[in-house]
Amino acid sequence: MGDSREQDTGSAAERNSSELTRRGFLSHGVVALAGTSAVAAALAPLAHLKRDDIPTIEEFLQKHYKEMTAEDKERVFSRIAKAVESRYQVRTKLADPPPMAGVEFVYGLNLSRCIGCRKCVHACVEENNQSRSPEIQYIRVLEMQKGSIDVETSDHHYDPPLVPNSAKYYMPVQCHQCADPPCVKVCPVEATWQEPDGITVIDYDWCIGCRYCEAACPYWARRFNFAEPEIAPDQVNPNMAYLSNRPREKGVMEKCTYCLHRTRVGRMPACLEVCPTGSRKFGNVLDPASEVAYILRHKRVYVFKEDVGTIPRFFYYFDERGSRYSEPIAPAGTGGSG
Amino acid sequence: MKKYATFLWDCFRLSFVGDWRYHLWMTILTLVSLAGLNAYCHQLVHGLVATGMTDQVSWGLYIANFTYLVGLAAAAAMLVIPVYIYRNMHLHDVVIFGELLAVAVIVMCLLFVMVDLGRPDRFMHLLWRFNFPISMLTWDVIALNGYLLLNLHICGYLIYCAYCGRKPSPVFYVPFVFIAIVWAISIHTVTAFLYVGLGGRPFWNSAIIAPRFLASAFAAGPAFIILTLQIVRRFTRHRVADDALLALRRIVQVAMIINIFLLICEVFTEFYTDSAHVASSQYLYFGLHGRHGLVPWIWTAIGMNLVATLLLVLPASRGLRVLNLACILAIAGIWIEKGMGLIVPAFVPTPLGEIVEYYPTVHEIVIGAGIWAFGLLLYTIFVRVSVPVLAGELTYDKRAGRSVQMGLAKE
Repeated sequence: MGDSREQDTGSAAERNSSELTRRGFLSHGVVALAGTSAVAAALAPLAHLKRDDIPTIEEFLQKHYKEMTAEDKERVFSRIAKAVESRYQVRTKLADPPPMAGVEFVYGLNLSRCIGCRKCVHACVEENNQSRSPEIQYIRVLEMQKGSIDVETSDHHYDPPLVPNSAKYYMPVQCHQCADPPCVKVCPVEATWQEPDGITVIDYDWCIGCRYCEAACPYWARRFNFAEPEIAPDQVNPNMAYLSNRPREKGVMEKCTYCLHRTRVGRMPACLEVCPTGSRKFGNVLDPASEVAYILRHKRVYVFKEDVGTIPRFFYYFDERGSRYSEPIAPAGTGGSG
Repeated sequence: MKKYATFLWDCFRLSFVGDWRYHLWMTILTLVSLAGLNAYCHQLVHGLVATGMTDQVSWGLYIANFTYLVGLAAAAAMLVIPVYIYRNMHLHDVVIFGELLAVAVIVMCLLFVMVDLGRPDRFMHLLWRFNFPISMLTWDVIALNGYLLLNLHICGYLIYCAYCGRKPSPVFYVPFVFIAIVWAISIHTVTAFLYVGLGGRPFWNSAIIAPRFLASAFAAGPAFIILTLQIVRRFTRHRVADDALLALRRIVQVAMIINIFLLICEVFTEFYTDSAHVASSQYLYFGLHGRHGLVPWIWTAIGMNLVATLLLVLPASRGLRVLNLACILAIAGIWIEKGMGLIVPAFVPTPLGEIVEYYPTVHEIVIGAGIWAFGLLLYTIFVRVSVPVLAGELTYDKRAGRSVQMGLAKE
């Protein structure tokens, strides 16, 4: 800067920039050229952007799910269906089943029965069109030490030839669909919210990918698409809904939606259907005749991390007569990844 | 309006003028910034998989730097308070350097948030559906942008007045100076609340985080200003009195002592209680189940902070060399402690008890370095332009007769 040395070089600097001499013009030109090419070189990786990565004007102006009119939805859904078809060669019609009146979904999991086979984990991945590489899983099964409910002593990556290990018990964890969800509170753009039937959903086209919800969740239930999701075309589930299992893009959050594209039309979640031991119970807690209502009234129930006060709609319960393990079986897939 | 355009043009031209050391410094910063831009373009194409972040540790280097820099932006407030509230005029002439630093640093903060987003193309969604006042992140958006505007206004007004050769009218800036003081405290508080409010992360869920934030901010900010002022003093004709540096030294001194006291409070509560909540702190300070990723870092930071505090308390730090050393130690120590040391342990172990360590990738580090270089580039330009303008060496009237360089050569 302008200290005494400046005066030595001052005259040269003066000549350089005060008048447009030939030399000044040339050196300015060289500097400008070098600068431009350096910026161009820095931007070079953008050449690898795929067409899908650049939002079209229509995508850019797409409204938040809650602000879309019926016509908006029709247009947006058919556009998404077309995009799915061109990418995965799968014909689909995007569904948007509304929450049913007088229904609040609740999930119960029987810790006395679960054998840790992880069939639920993989059925979920197949049902919900999660990325296979890197694989995103909504359910994490913990192999727990008997005599402790402390998850820190659990094994996430147990991988024996047969389950269950009779010295352990198993605790699958997935989104607890909290009634006071911290993930919804923290989202700066309202891209995630709680539906009237208790399911917390994400508008994947609205999420900005800040991952604040992922930091806020006490159940580690949210997943982020760090890379472009990959699914083989023959593995895409064509029964898809806007708010649940349609294929996601990179850079957005996703999570368990209690398979709302199934459960809102009277079916059971995929993780429940596949469970070989009947450890999973799902239903409408507002209906006193439902299984979940019966279990809540009559069984020994445990709410994981009740102290964080998020009021989960997912609970664990035990059989009075203790463990009722079935015959050992081979677990599905490999150890929990990601 | 024409005058203002001329002002901006002169500032632009002035930022290219300097001796070889200036050009070398600016070239290096430009190259590092471009390297960062290049790495960011790579990240845009491939996604955040280019970083070391995972679903387990979902925030890393970017948010750590963001957090630290929010603290650094406090520098402005710590110069303004003595001058405008306590009428300590030693610092009057250097207040502007603090405010310029705040502008550059807030720009860096915003860049660090931008590069952390998975979908930066959807940034506009913040305008359409803004989850205010429920989401603390929306508070932070308001706090940071408001602070940026306040400081831009104050500096811009003062420098432009000097350029026009008229006396700044207090009505147009003094009220904003007072608002900016309160605002400076709010940016730290709100940023701390961002973390403190999460019940699922016991490491953050502690009331002491916000006060610790303020204490470390009020140490790192003025420490950075001390170093800047010494550079200004050495390389420009701007006079910076020893008294100004010593006044800042006292601020850093007190803030460092409070910072260490609060650290002791936190460490005691965690380890004496020894409840399940201690796991993250255990990981940070001693390692957990054989994973020690952050242990060398945090002990380096604690060592640096302790040595810096000791030096600052001793009369030796009235000597400028020792003071510089203490400031560098404090800045680096707090960078580790308030950056990686505050963000990463909250994710280890995960809420389900899994331990996954986080290591930033080369891309991530280059992007971070790029933002730092860009911030320093901005700040260098700000200081480089404001010094001659405030000294009255470059004004609109003088410009009419002489070229910019003539004004400079007179220095």
